[in-house]
Order: sequence, then structure tokens, then C-alpha cells
Amino acid sequence: MNYFALFNLTPSFVIDTTALAASYQQLQKLTHPDKFATASERDKLIALQKNAQVNDGYQVLKRPLSRAEHMLELRGVELQHEQKTMQDGTFLMQQMEWREQLDDAQHAVDPLIALEELDDEVAGNSKALIDELGTLLEQTNDAANESAANLVRKLKFLFKLRHEIELKEDALSDF
Amino acid sequence: MAYSEKVIDHYENPRNVGGFDKNDPSIATGMVGAPACGDVMKLQLKIGANGIIEDAKFKTYGCGSAIASSSLVTEWVKGKSIDDAVKISNTDIAEELALPPVKIHCSILAEDAIKAAVADYKKKNQ
Repeated sequence: MNYFALFNLTPSFVIDTTALAASYQQLQKLTHPDKFATASERDKLIALQKNAQVNDGYQVLKRPLSRAEHMLELRGVELQHEQKTMQDGTFLMQQMEWREQLDDAQHAVDPLIALEELDDEVAGNSKALIDELGTLLEQTNDAANESAANLVRKLKFLFKLRHEIELKEDALSDF
Repeated sequence: MAYSEKVIDHYENPRNVGGFDKNDPSIATGMVGAPACGDVMKLQLKIGANGIIEDAKFKTYGCGSAIASSSLVTEWVKGKSIDDAVKISNTDIAEELALPPVKIHCSILAEDAIKAAVADYKKKNQ
């Protein structure tokens, strides 16, 4: 399933999010089950499947990381997150240090500020990787695709970490 | 999802948490990560002159299954030669901990950590 085609967008890492949202709303309306209340069972089923595709596609395209993964999938690049262990020592050491910092943050004088500083640092790194990913995805050769896949894998660690920072911030602010 | 008793035991009482000085030539360090869930695992082995693993420590940031898998391998590798340690497979780990299919990648991570540590040791001492 090519979600870019579904939403009538040119496959690209940089997308017009307004156009995506508009296209989503239109398709959502066209395939909404309510519209098929009196239709045949077969048409109902088709509309329901189409509606689910529209929702799935929107979720995939609106976030940069899943959008990049989808582009790579369309190019036949297997990401194999489950099987492929990351072995980049320098990168992983940094991940370890950040996670230690996250653990230590609660003992800081002001834990929320410590968390915010850590998040700023990780966010800055994520942004740099996303920019790099955008440049790589403009090319379509195998080497660029493989480098892009590697960046997607790295970004997964950073996004997970930012999510954990967020959870910790919520836990601290919630009393 | 329900964790098996063995996973819970290792998760609540992890064995051999910590680390050694990675610059020490007798220490093998394996750093691995799982992109699927963002888990990061560091496994360190203290290796004697005879190639026997004398001690092992780990530090893992991840889910209960990832922590249990690394805790288990630190127990398993002690007393083994490095050649035997790399024979520990993810299926052995998954079977011992009764990991469900969605958590198999945690055992793969632990297996790869042993291999990465041994590769690090061989590189250091070639």
C-alpha cells in the first residue's frame, strides 16, 4: 500500500502537512461507515477497509519517523527492527549516558530543569539526525537508502528516550 | 502481557548489575541496542588468562524481558570459556525465561551482547 498515492501526495520526506490533513478529511468523509448504512454488505465491507487504510495511512504519514520508514519500505528497504541489533559503540555509549542522566535527574536540585536540559540536548540531536535523514531520502541509491535506514534506527532510540523523559516529567509535575 | 516467574525474579533481583573498567585489557565490553524498542544493553566480562570468564556484569535500560535476559546471561557465562559463551543462543535464553514471541528480540539482544563482548576482547588482545 502506497500511502502517498492514497493521499494524492508526491512521495517525499518533506510534505505539505496542510494538504495531507485536507486530503485525510476528504477521504475520511468519503469512506465513513455512516455513508454506507444502506449500502450492500459488500460495499460496506470495502468502505470499512478503505476507511481503516485512510486512518492508518494518516498516522504513518504525519510523523516524520514513520513517514521515512514508509518511504524506505516503498523502495524495498527492509528495516528489520526486530532482528537487526545496533552495534555502533559510540552511539550506544551516548544512549547509555543519557539514560543514566535521566535516572540521576530526580536527585537534581531542580529535577524538572534537569529533565528539560536533557530533553533539549536529545531534541537537538534528533533534529540534526532528521535533517540528515531528509537529505539522504532525496537520493534513491542503495547506499543512501542504507544510511537512511540506519538513521531511522538511531532515531528510534532518541524518540524512545524523549518519551521516557516526558513520562518522568509528567510523574514529577503530577502531585 | 504476563511475565513468567523467572523473568519477574531476574527483574526484581537482577544478578550482577554494574560494570568494570572498560580500558582494562582483561575486560570485554559488549554494547548493543534494539531499535524496535530502544533498549540499550551493556555486558562486560572479566576474562582470565586461560580464556575462562571469571566474572560478568551488565547494565540494561529496557523492559523486564531485556533486563532478565541480560541478568540470566551474566549467570550463564561465568566459568565458561569465551568459545563456549558465544554458543549461548537466543533460543536457549528465550526458552529458559519462557519469553513470548513479541519479546524474542530481547533474547537476541542478550545473545548479540555476548558476541559483541567477545569480539571486543579478541580485538583488544590480538
